[in-house]
Amino acid sequence: MSLNEEVELLRKIPLFSKLEPSKLKLLAFTSERLTYEAGHKLFDQGDMGDAAYIIVEGEADVLVNTPKGELRVATLSRNDFVGEIAILCDVPRTATVLAKSELVTLRISKELFFRLIAEFPQMAVEVMRELAHRLEQTTADLLEARAGD
Amino acid sequence: MDKSLFRFIWRHSRRQQIILLVLTVVTYPLGFLLYDIPKAIINRAIGGDGPPFSAPILGLELSFDMAQIPFLVMLCFAFLAVVLLNNGLKYVINVYKGTLAEQLLRRMRYQLYARVLRFPLPHFKRVSQGELISMITGEAEQVGNFTAGAFADPALLGGQWLVALGFILIQDPLLGAAALALYPIQIIVIPRLQKRVSQLAKARLREVRALSDHIGESVAGAVEVHAHDTSQYELSRFTHRMGRIYAIRLEIFRRKYMIKFLNNFMDKLAPFFFYLIGGVLVVQGNLTLGALVVVISAHKDMAGPWKELLGWYQQREDARVKYEQVVSQFSPENMIDPALQSAEPEDEAGLSGEIQLDNVTLVDEDEVRRLANVGFNAPLSGHVAVVGHANSNKEYLALVLARLAVATQGRVRIGGKNLADLPEAVTGRRIAYVGQNTVLQSSSVRDNLLYGLKHRPMRPATYSEEEAVARVAELAAAVRTGNSDYDYGADWVDLAAVEAADEAALFEYLVGALDVVDLGDDVYQLGLRSTIDPTARPDIADNVLRARGALLERLRDESYAALVEPFDRTRYNSNASVAENLMFGNPVGNGFDVERLAENSYVLQVLRDADLYDELLEMGRKLAGTMIEIFADLPPGHEFFEQYSFISSDDLPLYQAVVARAERGVEELSDEDKTMLLSLPFKLIPAQHRLGLADDKTFQERVLKAREKFEADLPAELRGSVEFFDREKYNSSASLQDNILFGKVAYGQAQAAQAIGALITKTLDEHGLRGSVMLAGLDFQVGVGGSRLSSVQRQKLAIARAVLKRPDLLVLNDAAAGMDAQSQQRLLSRVLAARDGVGVVWVLSNASLADEFGQIVVMAEGRIVEKGSLGDLKKEGTAFDDLLKSQMT
Repeated sequence: MSLNEEVELLRKIPLFSKLEPSKLKLLAFTSERLTYEAGHKLFDQGDMGDAAYIIVEGEADVLVNTPKGELRVATLSRNDFVGEIAILCDVPRTATVLAKSELVTLRISKELFFRLIAEFPQMAVEVMRELAHRLEQTTADLLEARAGD
Repeated sequence: MDKSLFRFIWRHSRRQQIILLVLTVVTYPLGFLLYDIPKAIINRAIGGDGPPFSAPILGLELSFDMAQIPFLVMLCFAFLAVVLLNNGLKYVINVYKGTLAEQLLRRMRYQLYARVLRFPLPHFKRVSQGELISMITGEAEQVGNFTAGAFADPALLGGQWLVALGFILIQDPLLGAAALALYPIQIIVIPRLQKRVSQLAKARLREVRALSDHIGESVAGAVEVHAHDTSQYELSRFTHRMGRIYAIRLEIFRRKYMIKFLNNFMDKLAPFFFYLIGGVLVVQGNLTLGALVVVISAHKDMAGPWKELLGWYQQREDARVKYEQVVSQFSPENMIDPALQSAEPEDEAGLSGEIQLDNVTLVDEDEVRRLANVGFNAPLSGHVAVVGHANSNKEYLALVLARLAVATQGRVRIGGKNLADLPEAVTGRRIAYVGQNTVLQSSSVRDNLLYGLKHRPMRPATYSEEEAVARVAELAAAVRTGNSDYDYGADWVDLAAVEAADEAALFEYLVGALDVVDLGDDVYQLGLRSTIDPTARPDIADNVLRARGALLERLRDESYAALVEPFDRTRYNSNASVAENLMFGNPVGNGFDVERLAENSYVLQVLRDADLYDELLEMGRKLAGTMIEIFADLPPGHEFFEQYSFISSDDLPLYQAVVARAERGVEELSDEDKTMLLSLPFKLIPAQHRLGLADDKTFQERVLKAREKFEADLPAELRGSVEFFDREKYNSSASLQDNILFGKVAYGQAQAAQAIGALITKTLDEHGLRGSVMLAGLDFQVGVGGSRLSSVQRQKLAIARAVLKRPDLLVLNDAAAGMDAQSQQRLLSRVLAARDGVGVVWVLSNASLADEFGQIVVMAEGRIVEKGSLGDLKKEGTAFDDLLKSQMT
């Protein structure tokens, strides 16, 4: 896949959709395209984060360690963005991400990510929107879990 | 060290100074002959009438019974002989003087450096490195230059002056007195003026030292300067200092030249009196005109030496000031007794028995009490942990135990021997100390590991006949100047101390020591990235080639196929750059420097022949366009330029202009523009950059054709500039790892580097190459202060070198502080296991690490508040328990 195709792909991700083409090219050019085989981990829960990933192809499981063992909390697929929490808040990875099938990702380094957020408020808003959405989801899950007790 | 410069010079060069003086005196009559003989040639041999001919030589009238021409010839040859003799003697004197100055300089530097090694350790907190360096290098040099003329110059000049004076006195005592009358004034006034100049020179020295200190500080603290934006502040501080030096220098100039002025004036004042008084005397008939003329010219002869004498005096003052300043800086109180450093141990037995501290009190140089009445006993076979809060001064206990600080009161004894009396040959060999910060030598890992075993030369060096002769001369010169007579070229490593029979055993031992501190893998990785010289180690190169074959075989396996792209002469490697694909080899030296390939006429020829030139040019234009599009908006100097861009931020505007010009067609561009564009695609790696360039089949096939041509037509003078990838040959310019892999790890495969790394290690182990890689790793140069290693690696290396010394007592002063708790725990267990039954005292910041120690000492405010076994202390209410709890949170 060439850079131009990656740019097209990035454009379809809400987070980056408002960026101008030259910035998308910068993002694509400076990020690393990594292929994982099924069963390989992108990162482990508890690692320090230095990058976020965009899923280009394939599926990945998001797993969280609980006292009862590993719990799958989500499955990621094409155009999903993962790993941004650890680089945003400087906390260890909150979950393990495991390639479910052969997985192609774009790895965006922490420096680049921050630089883009600082320069493009639109992107910062998109990140907030995404996080708020996840918070809402988590809260709903929590309520459901409590109701189930 | 002598307090006075002249005493120093006289003590160490009496004989040479006298010889020099004699030699100088001999040149004096020769100088006269150089005037007398030409005069005789002109007046007597050419213009004279004879025979017999006579010539006045050195005041004697010599007559010769010969014809005119032979007389002329004789005088001319006599002249030639005197010229040769005079200049030959001058040459000898100059060499002798230079040699003498260098010998004294060398002796002085050695003494100064030896004193640095004898400074009491607390003194290093107060002296600055920059000042010491500028004193031993710069200031000593200036003093040294003066030393050779210290006695001969004033003696000669003074002699000349006295001769001239005597001559005047004989001619006429009155005029002689007149000529002399002004000198007392000069002798009184000039030293006074000079005194002020000397004071200024002292002040200037201090300022210059502060300047070198400032520079040293900026170099050491370069990060701080950038992190705090203080470059302007530092520049201003520097300017301020230079301003002070400038002002002092101006003042010195003013006064120095005022002295010269006064001196010159006085010199001319005497003729004034001669003309006046002598003139009157001549007119009155009390003095002949001839006598007056002679006296005036004799006074002129006095002026020359006097002027030089004054110059010498000023130089002397300068050298004296510098010498005295330097010596006072190198004479701190409580210097270490040199006997403690040079003495050999009394016996081989080492230390055994008990560590006994009786009422040890340590007061530091600031009069702060660091340890107060510390007393404890511990067997030298046990392991002691010293814990306490950060301000408990526990680190001073470690210093005292290693005799790096000497107890102010009380006694530290090991095996009944008072530590304070032991020579360093015992404390430095039988005790090992590792602090938090260890300074590594700018040398190899191996040299650093062995540093603790180099106390005395153990085995003489094996020299060739020529080298042996050179060594004898070197030794003689060293002894003559009071330098060390130990041979640096000898083998200093004390193999017996580590019970190693030979180099091979030592190597095994070193590897073992690295494993104790968990550094083996790191050194192995360093080795993989190192190059070796296949001509020096053909056995390793052969083995690597065999491993390469085995690895290539393994890589055929499907699971690895996607991870590596091996080099293949007949295939384009899309994980390698265009340059590597074209040359199919590594550049050696500058002949095929990748940055300048586009200017290389041979490369251009190959490209044209393969129809690649236009295509690469077009590729360069596209690449430049893409780079401009992506990077133009970034601020200049942004880190992305260096990390990712093909074009530096400085060059970007230039390329923008070239790309604009290229709109009209690439062919229209100037040669310079073409070179710029052409230089870009050489670094292109299709698999990494994913720009859709250099990845189509026709281009790649053309490169393959060019590759063949490049090798086939390579001119003889460029043969040495490239080392081709050859499956059957070891590539000496590539690292061990690249040699084994013989290909490129694929981009974009997440686990490639890890999986291939493991595979390489496995293959190397199977071919018995682990040792060879370790050997290469041990040769890795650690950089200045170990800067090429991480701080944890440095700490581990320091601990390894202390452990491998096999000391009777190992003192670790929070030596693993840079590591996380888990790694510290692991390291600690391994070190203690390796030191089973031998003494260890480990000062620990983290009390929870004290579990494995037989005895625990808890300190607070310089006192021992608790001691005992873990069982005694690990219970409610103890200070140890409090410490544990406070460190938990």
